[in-house]
Amino acid sequence: MYGYSGKILHIDLKDKKDWIEEKPESFYKTYIGGVSMASRLCWENIEVGCDPLSPGNPICIANGIFAGTPVPVGGKYGLASKSPLTGFIGDSLSGSWFTIALKRAGWDGIVIHNSSEEWVYLFIDDDRVQIRDAKYLLGKGTFATEEAIREELGDDQVRSATIGPAGENLVLFGNVTNDGRQAGRTGHGAVWGSKKLKAISVRGTNGVRVADPDTLMKLSFDITDAAQGPHTSKYRLLGTSTNVLNMNKIGLLPTRNYQQGVFEDAELVSGEYLDEHHKVKIIACAQCPIACEQMSAVKDGPYEGAMTGVEYECLYAMSSNCGISDMRAAIRMIEICDHGGMDAMSTGVTVSWTMESFERGVFKKEDFKCKKYPEGFEPTFGNGEAGVTLCEMIRDREGIGEMLSLGTKRASKMTDEERGSETYKWAMNIKGLENPGYDARGLKTFSVGLAAGVRGGCHNRSAAYDPDIKGVVDRFTIDDTRGEVARDAEEYAAVYDTLPLCKFIRRCFTGKADRAGAWPMIADLINATTGWEFDYDDVDRIGVRAHTIKKAFNIREGWTRADDTLPYRWLHEPIPEGASAGCVISENELTQLLDMYYAAKGWTNEGLIPKDLLISLGMEDVAEEVGV
Amino acid sequence: MATSTSKYKYIACDPAKCVGCQLCEYICSYTKNGDYNTYRSRIRTVRAEEVLITAIACHTCEDAPCVIACTTDALIQDPVSGIVRVDPSRCDGCAWCIEACDFGAISINPATKLAEICDQCETLEEGPQCVKWCPKDALELTTPELRAQKARRKLASEEALT
Repeated sequence: MYGYSGKILHIDLKDKKDWIEEKPESFYKTYIGGVSMASRLCWENIEVGCDPLSPGNPICIANGIFAGTPVPVGGKYGLASKSPLTGFIGDSLSGSWFTIALKRAGWDGIVIHNSSEEWVYLFIDDDRVQIRDAKYLLGKGTFATEEAIREELGDDQVRSATIGPAGENLVLFGNVTNDGRQAGRTGHGAVWGSKKLKAISVRGTNGVRVADPDTLMKLSFDITDAAQGPHTSKYRLLGTSTNVLNMNKIGLLPTRNYQQGVFEDAELVSGEYLDEHHKVKIIACAQCPIACEQMSAVKDGPYEGAMTGVEYECLYAMSSNCGISDMRAAIRMIEICDHGGMDAMSTGVTVSWTMESFERGVFKKEDFKCKKYPEGFEPTFGNGEAGVTLCEMIRDREGIGEMLSLGTKRASKMTDEERGSETYKWAMNIKGLENPGYDARGLKTFSVGLAAGVRGGCHNRSAAYDPDIKGVVDRFTIDDTRGEVARDAEEYAAVYDTLPLCKFIRRCFTGKADRAGAWPMIADLINATTGWEFDYDDVDRIGVRAHTIKKAFNIREGWTRADDTLPYRWLHEPIPEGASAGCVISENELTQLLDMYYAAKGWTNEGLIPKDLLISLGMEDVAEEVGV
Repeated sequence: MATSTSKYKYIACDPAKCVGCQLCEYICSYTKNGDYNTYRSRIRTVRAEEVLITAIACHTCEDAPCVIACTTDALIQDPVSGIVRVDPSRCDGCAWCIEACDFGAISINPATKLAEICDQCETLEEGPQCVKWCPKDALELTTPELRAQKARRKLASEEALT
């Protein structure tokens, strides 16, 4: 096989042993890599029905098909476990050196079983595995942990995926960081923390061989060249933060915990403002010729010296969403998340839920006692220092941070039971995963993509905001095409998440990002790498299968149609002002949208997958377990 | 000691432009070894801090310390181009050249046990492949004096504008 080694590395943290599983080529042709292969490995290795923080939940990592080759933006991997936030599949993506090192070490993926008694980290040194003491790393941030391991092992080419204090403390939205990039969502940090696994470090010294290097080089060069042009200028110049003003203009910029869609100080937290006042340098993931990471620093004030990469999702969560117009506080909040190893989106939306609960009188000043403020403080919207302090309290699980570290779904339930309040009405999560920076009330197609999303409130997996915002469909109303539109957007995204290729490259193949524009060249890239004969339809099916295995996983873990819903606020409170004023999603609309969506997917009206469909996708064993 | 006043051309990287993507390493290892292995690249990207990134290859020093340090006379510096070539029949992989190099620009290939040094792709008509591929135009084949001239010109035009 070219492009793959055919080997999956299994490691048992309890018995301290490792073994190799060899997979047939048919496995790779079906699941490819990234989120699809990682989810499939999770399907194969999980103890069904287990508590996500118990030893029965495996950590599954899958490289990409193009990792370690010059194919632009192909240096990404998928990470899957059962999510402690949602209880369903938790699949994340991250980019850069870690996955490339793993590929060069000779592994297509890793499965980690059980839990360790003591804190450890793994060192995968080509084909040798060491389970090493990690006690000296405890309490260290994500970046510091990587550096400490490099120093201990004496090789600056060792690449590590790590958890920070948040993961150690079992913050449910703790995440995994490698090379400054995050497998950000669904709480992998807590899963690693529950296993007392601080990091996975890899040294890979072998080369990656492909079937047709001449063709691959030519294709890669042309795409790299195209990636310097207008197709990626949005990402290269201002990065995704440019969306702040775009979203504000269409009245869908989450503001004050999604109470509003327009932020009066949007200019002050825009990508343009960031570029002018805070940008230090733009950096790239390994194997990426685009470079979108806007490294931004605070140059004065109480947070002087704070520096981290800023992009739209973490920025909206910490700024407009918390009513905060001081970019310096927002950068500091993002830095706390990045170094502490937690999801800045879930953190921001949990902070904004806390602020709204305070403003509505559910929480009092004395609920916020902490070492820094022994008398407590008043977390009103717009209070940057309160936002910063709440991020620290969540990371350290200090005071009320203990409860907030469980995310909005659990924190609202606990609060409402304890205080007789109704904070669930503004707990902005789907299936337990906090929402992204798009108010879906004004994006009707996206709303069903989110409601039905297999990993909860996530824009990356659904991607149906695109046809809504671009005006391919009318975003304010629904019609009977929306099931198909949502399905197509989600399966399109799943192709990229499975190869994986960063979606920012999507226009660089031919100038057109749609299937017709991208799939033929992606097929050429796959064929030059592996020697297979993939065509347009084969590429298309990559996304269908990726989505199907994740859905099947959820069904086996007890998913029902009732889980596909939206936050109370989106179903009951219209957007008060701006270009999307009056938008809300009625229960009736959601029901219709779900009916259409399930029908478009070829599922039953209860959202279950017919056996025949699974068999036609080459997933016979899945059909036997969950097919109807 | 190494010198930054060498008359020879070398692959220089502008740290302000380098984004750390490592494509130069992929291309180098492919060009020289036929596979993609950044461990075998003769140009190395370095990330000293999150935003301090550059790439380093042989600086073609005058009176190159690596050549002087070589105990087997395996390293020969071309008097015209300054490129340091490795004679495989003499090199015994002792790594003294690596220690002598102030730029960390030499490595030993673990398979062949031979020193490997950037040769600016001298046998290829289109020149250094890393320069050709660099998506941010951060790499160029230049001399210290040419870089200095360019810096002076840049400063002059900036000052003229202000």
